[in-house]
Amino acid sequence: MNMQISRLVLGRLGVAFVTLLIVSFVVFAATQMLPGDVVQILLGQAATPEAVAALREAMHLNDPAILRYGHWLIGLAQGELGNSYANDMPVADLIGGRLANTLMLAAVTAAVAVPLALFLGITTAMYRGSVYDRIITMGIVAVISVPEFMIATLAVLTFAVWLKWLPALSFANEVTSVTEMLRVFAMPVITLCCVISAQMIRMTRAAVIDALKMPYVEMALLKGASRRRMVLRHALPNAIGPIVNAVALSLSYLLGGVIIVETIFNYPGIAKLMVDAVSTRDLPLIQTCAMIFCLGYLLLITLADIIAILSNPKLRK
Amino acid sequence: MAPMFSKGFLPTPRHFGYHMNTVGICAAAMVCFWAVVAVIGPMLSPYPPGEIVDFDYYGPMSSTLWMGSDYLGRDIFSRILMGARYTVGISLAAVCLACFSGVVLGMTAAVVGGWLDTGLSRLLDALNSIPSKLFGLVMVAAIGSSIPVLIVLLGVIYTPGAFRFARALAVNINTMDYVTVARARGERTGYLIAQEILPNITGPVLADLGLRFVFIVLLLSGLSFLGLGVQPPNADWGSLVRENIGGLPFGAPAVLMPCLAIASLTISVNLLIDNLPVKIRDRSE
Amino acid sequence: MMNLVEIRDLKVQARSDAGRKIEIIKGVSFDIAEGEIVALIGESGSGKTTIALTLMGHTRPGCTITGGEVRLAGRDLVAMPEAGRQMLRGTDVAYVPQSAAAAFNPSQRLMDQVIEVAQIHRLMTPDAARAKAVDLFRALALPDPETIGARYPHQVSGGQLQRLSAAMALIGGPKLVIFDEPTTALDVTTQIEVLRAFKSVMKLGGMGGVYVSHDLAVVAQIADRIVVLKGGEVQEEGPVEQILHHARHPYTRELLAAFEPVPYASAARSDTMAAKRPILEVRNVVAGYGPLGRDGQPAKLALRNVSCRLERGQNLGVIGESGSGKSTLARAIAGLLPPVSGEVLLDAHPLAPEARLRDKEELRRLQIVFQLADTALNPQRSVGDILGRPLTFYHGQKGAEREARIDALLDMVRLPRAMKHRLPGELSGGQKQRVNLARALAAKPEVILCDEITSALDTVVAAAVIELLKELQRELHLSYVFISHDLSTVQAICDDVMVMYNGAVVERLPADKLHGGAQHPYSKLLFSSVPKLDTGWLDSVPPRVAAR
Repeated sequence: MNMQISRLVLGRLGVAFVTLLIVSFVVFAATQMLPGDVVQILLGQAATPEAVAALREAMHLNDPAILRYGHWLIGLAQGELGNSYANDMPVADLIGGRLANTLMLAAVTAAVAVPLALFLGITTAMYRGSVYDRIITMGIVAVISVPEFMIATLAVLTFAVWLKWLPALSFANEVTSVTEMLRVFAMPVITLCCVISAQMIRMTRAAVIDALKMPYVEMALLKGASRRRMVLRHALPNAIGPIVNAVALSLSYLLGGVIIVETIFNYPGIAKLMVDAVSTRDLPLIQTCAMIFCLGYLLLITLADIIAILSNPKLRK
Repeated sequence: MAPMFSKGFLPTPRHFGYHMNTVGICAAAMVCFWAVVAVIGPMLSPYPPGEIVDFDYYGPMSSTLWMGSDYLGRDIFSRILMGARYTVGISLAAVCLACFSGVVLGMTAAVVGGWLDTGLSRLLDALNSIPSKLFGLVMVAAIGSSIPVLIVLLGVIYTPGAFRFARALAVNINTMDYVTVARARGERTGYLIAQEILPNITGPVLADLGLRFVFIVLLLSGLSFLGLGVQPPNADWGSLVRENIGGLPFGAPAVLMPCLAIASLTISVNLLIDNLPVKIRDRSE
Repeated sequence: MMNLVEIRDLKVQARSDAGRKIEIIKGVSFDIAEGEIVALIGESGSGKTTIALTLMGHTRPGCTITGGEVRLAGRDLVAMPEAGRQMLRGTDVAYVPQSAAAAFNPSQRLMDQVIEVAQIHRLMTPDAARAKAVDLFRALALPDPETIGARYPHQVSGGQLQRLSAAMALIGGPKLVIFDEPTTALDVTTQIEVLRAFKSVMKLGGMGGVYVSHDLAVVAQIADRIVVLKGGEVQEEGPVEQILHHARHPYTRELLAAFEPVPYASAARSDTMAAKRPILEVRNVVAGYGPLGRDGQPAKLALRNVSCRLERGQNLGVIGESGSGKSTLARAIAGLLPPVSGEVLLDAHPLAPEARLRDKEELRRLQIVFQLADTALNPQRSVGDILGRPLTFYHGQKGAEREARIDALLDMVRLPRAMKHRLPGELSGGQKQRVNLARALAAKPEVILCDEITSALDTVVAAAVIELLKELQRELHLSYVFISHDLSTVQAICDDVMVMYNGAVVERLPADKLHGGAQHPYSKLLFSSVPKLDTGWLDSVPPRVAAR
């Protein structure tokens, strides 16, 4: 039986690796679609044809696309991310500190959102149909129906404009004290929490409700079990797979969320860097940022799948 | 046991054979309203959307400027009416594209099976594992953001999701005995897809189309908000928020109103899907 | 003396999808004395399970008790608050579900689930509960009573799970046990062992019981009294012997009549013997599921070298339990599961292994009809469309000609012509199965493969479908391969019977020699395990050593 588990897990990791390859190819191909010649852009209109030709040669732009893809992939694997077109700094240096900022934001958000969402998701499923459930459910529909920037806007209006509790913009570089940090992080974290907990609550609630519909839960009821026992002993253990999946999937919404949130709050994270890179068409930077995001997303999804495999009771000895 | 959701049922005429509750009717009305606005909106607008009509910028709501003025002093109401066309139009075109290609590929994969199914599923799953906003960013960086490009881009981004959904439905239908009977009769793949499978997944596919429409509206607004979507002088609702974000510290209606427009559309579509008309299926046995 | 259970004028309402309220139990009253087992008999939709659940103070979501009383040992479960009912469930009244496989939590060990009642109600220490559970396992004739509790539900068989669910019900020492169709999902050879186990523990404990079933023969073995239900109302009530031998109500008689063996006189036996050429022949077919292994055999072998022949105008019965490969045989013949080796001959011409490689004419002559009419008819197409497609496909018929033929087909299966405008969802189970049959007839076939076509139908409806099949055979000179797990239906229509077990044919005999003629031990066991409408049947069959 354990052979079977390890085979499934290995299989899942293999799929993740293949997916990453495909994704890298898509990212590479997309960035090659740039109209106009990169070299022309780099050197400007005044460049001599000789200079253009020399740079083309230096950048391997005359090689077939598949070869360039191979070079890029190998470089990526070895941590050679190339230089930014915009300011000629190594991409790795540009990303380094900003990645830490973004991870920090994500970690704080997850630490707040996950417990909150699990609690709300499980309790709304437990008291399905009650006033409490209906209010939360309505709120969720509202939150997941609106764009992230609207939640951010409303948060700014409420906390910065009307209540004047928090500053509207964040600068993680200026953090000097704990209260300062709280003030800086508060608004982005509130916004991101709203976005991802709504998804998480919704999916957790659905998973628990599905588990509560199983005949063995009715059987527990007919044994005289209380509602609490039915949920905690019978429904939840069988819903772990779907719930973990819900958590991982919702965390992946973080990636979409940070793009907006970092922009609107001017937070110096990797997503802001990428948005800026897009407006300057800084290809090496875009490629690297895109790969980091996809890697993060894939890690979460794969982790969710593996936990789902491990929590399947039929594979237990 | 917990009581079921008890929503007030309106006494809709029973001879239609369909029943719809109050929430659903309100949501449907809202969706219809925006659809009409998208078509005839510019005819209703009190001022040309590009014209500066107020000397003040971020002006408040008044009897002449119903929703205030924007950062240049243009009428927000007129601009929202204009934006509806872009937001609704682009999203609708994109969602139709995504669902059409997704459903066709999904059904084919399910019915044909074998390596075609495995290959398509693997490839589209991989595409699906690129976060949509990121995909949008990279592609816009590469090929720009004219309106046709936006439509195709949004369509491509949401095709894998539509594919996955349609395939899952079609795989279920494909195991049904009536499909097996048709196979045993000697029917070709085209007939199986068009006559046996498609009619049985239409309902859920339409609901999925609605959900995906909401996702696309959100993504398009997000891109426009980042300045990577609809480009000036045209503006969808996301661009309107971006243009006027400077008014946020004053709580200007120029920021709030486009937000409300997006929310009213997306929330209505979501509520409509959750409260679709129920066919009366009482068997009088 | 006061009765253990007194149900008075019970009314239950259900809410339909559209929010309309329908009364599904319309004023039911009956009693159960201490230590008495009462059977609730009825077809699907008769409300028997709903009534049984009200005895636990429970209704399924969407249903509510709207009137009447359900008294258990003098206390009214309807008027009681939910907390009070919780106290009674498991201790005073316990439940044995229809599908034990679904009623066990897959992520907990069996023992933990069996003794859960004792823990919820703090009846005894966990050790005492475990000891009692092991005693119950032993009494229920479960293998390895000491250790079976340590396993997970997916590690034991269906029959064992059903007995474990009885142990789970009995652990709290209830006064009343509710059995909700506990053997319906089991094979007959397993059913007999489970029934025997239930009967012995119930007798031992002197408990009252409610046995819900659609099968009169099963009920006759275990119940003292029978309540016959239809459409949420009691039709007839009385001691078992009285119901079996002196039924008064026409509906009860109809149910009983469906059990009467209808002797089958072969239409074709005498005159077609001369033809000698079988219409369908299967030679050494090997088939299975999963990828082919290195030895050229599929991973999971479902048919091991099966051969059989069907004479023109005759019927071949294929009988076996779940997993015997009988349905796989039908799929292999129809070309839906291409055999790995062996061949299928139609009228002495070998057929291609895969349906899509066969020509239209071959496909037309051999039709297949499936068990579940619900899934065999496309819910989005009208009956007329469903019947019209094979007409167009095989015979190129269109327009008025096609309409006329659809009418003729509906006449043939005794359905009103107006039905062609209906969707399958608007038909009853029996009507659907007739449409299903008519679709096969539309091709003008010579052989029809009937895969368990009466199994999902209520007894009375099934008997009518069998009658129809016989009439059609006389009119249209058909030959049937009739696949079933039910001996009496096979007997009612077949000339020859083939017994399958584990993918192989164990015995072939003429239908009239089924009783007494069987030589193979498995066929003997199978035939003797079919319950009879006789209260003494269960005790008359000698117990089998190897309980499965």
